[in-house]
Amino acid sequence: MKYLNWIPVLIFGLLTHVAAADEVHVAVASNFAAPMEKIAAEFARDTGNMALVSSGGTGKLYAQIKNGAPFEIFLSADEATPAKLEKEGLSVAGSRFTYAIGKLVLWSPKPGYVGPQGEVLKKGDFRHLAIANPKLAPYGRAAQEVLEKQGVWQPLQSRLVFGENIAQTHQFVSSGNAELGFVALSQIRQDSAEHQGSFWLVPQTLHAPIRQDAILLARGKGKTAAEQLLKYLKSDKATTIIKRYGYGLPE
Amino acid sequence: MACLNEESDLNAFDFAPVWLTLRLATTTTLFLLLIGTPLAWWLARTSSWLKIPVGALVAMPLVLPPTVLGFYLLMTLGPQGPMGQLTQTLGLGTLPFTFAGLVVGSVLYSLPFVVQPIQNAFEALGTRPLEVASTLRAGPWDRFFSVAVPLARPGFLTATILGFAHTVGEFGVVLMIGGNIPGATRVLSVAIYDHVEAMEYAQAHWLAGGMLLFSFLVLLALYGFGQRTQRVGP
Repeated sequence: MKYLNWIPVLIFGLLTHVAAADEVHVAVASNFAAPMEKIAAEFARDTGNMALVSSGGTGKLYAQIKNGAPFEIFLSADEATPAKLEKEGLSVAGSRFTYAIGKLVLWSPKPGYVGPQGEVLKKGDFRHLAIANPKLAPYGRAAQEVLEKQGVWQPLQSRLVFGENIAQTHQFVSSGNAELGFVALSQIRQDSAEHQGSFWLVPQTLHAPIRQDAILLARGKGKTAAEQLLKYLKSDKATTIIKRYGYGLPE
Repeated sequence: MACLNEESDLNAFDFAPVWLTLRLATTTTLFLLLIGTPLAWWLARTSSWLKIPVGALVAMPLVLPPTVLGFYLLMTLGPQGPMGQLTQTLGLGTLPFTFAGLVVGSVLYSLPFVVQPIQNAFEALGTRPLEVASTLRAGPWDRFFSVAVPLARPGFLTATILGFAHTVGEFGVVLMIGGNIPGATRVLSVAIYDHVEAMEYAQAHWLAGGMLLFSFLVLLALYGFGQRTQRVGP
């Protein structure tokens, strides 16, 4: 019975944690989670401040931010959502900028399958083509535009399967359940799949640019570490990482 | 962009996910009763050492995150997985992204919700009613269908309601193996998730509120029934 004394101590211990240096809570779109972790590690080394990264779909993160999630920085997968947050007064005005430009690829783990210009789309000898849900994901919207420009959006309707986000779309293809799919260049670069399968780097002229915008949220206003991290995203170290992961940068 | 907006307006009155969910839950419940009844009977009667490991296996979906089940289903049912290879040799193609695939996933996921109530009901019978039936020269099938099943009726009812309701409420598994295809794999829970992600909160409210009401009514029926059988019971 005397052990009962320890229960409050235990609960207290579980509910609190000691913050060493300054912490920044970052919400990041799932496609940028891996490079962000790398950037966060460099950031910690250079400044001593910790960036705590939470990743998820842009729409879900928006809903969480709107409902009081403790994020200070938001790295979106699009430009519309940060603009919306700004309009709703949930962010610091004027803090918005494009941190990366997504590149879309049509990818298959099968070597020599996709064709240098994505010829496979017209040949159509596949059962499933995976794209991210165009309603939810900017990469899905871009994929739809490409398919429409190629004149195959209608004929391929019955073979499309939709990932909730670009991560799930990649999973459908890498597990072999869909023969091919439109994914982010950063994803196949990450698992070095670009060296094994075949892919077509879709020319940026076939779809509107996938601008990914960052924004300082209202909760991060005046917080040095948060402002530091936003600036750090534009540093040479960070942009090198961003480029290495297969993203473009704004001019 | 114009076509996307039209689509979301249409979705406000889109009942396809509701019907699909009801169809999935009904099919799944039927299969569960077919598979679950003999399994529950065996678990209730056997003294084999296999009883404990099999019982534990059946109960696994209670503790596993649905994403674990969904992930392994995607792998094993896919073209490179063992089950996928089997279904392909049988000329059935692969199961992910199909209604049949969702049924397979849902049956596995809701198995304990059907097996356990039936097993409990069979165990509660004891051996006596069956022994009595057997002295009256009832054969094993006769004993099962005219004695055990009618006496275990409350267990079957609970199993049916729980199996059905749990399938309606399923999300992780269908999300991972479904591919979100309208009319085939976009069930209610996925449609709600989509609406929230797309910031269409009004549509999300309609569906989510409906689910809330549905779940309450199901549980109300379940508990109401439990009360009644307790009062009427022997």
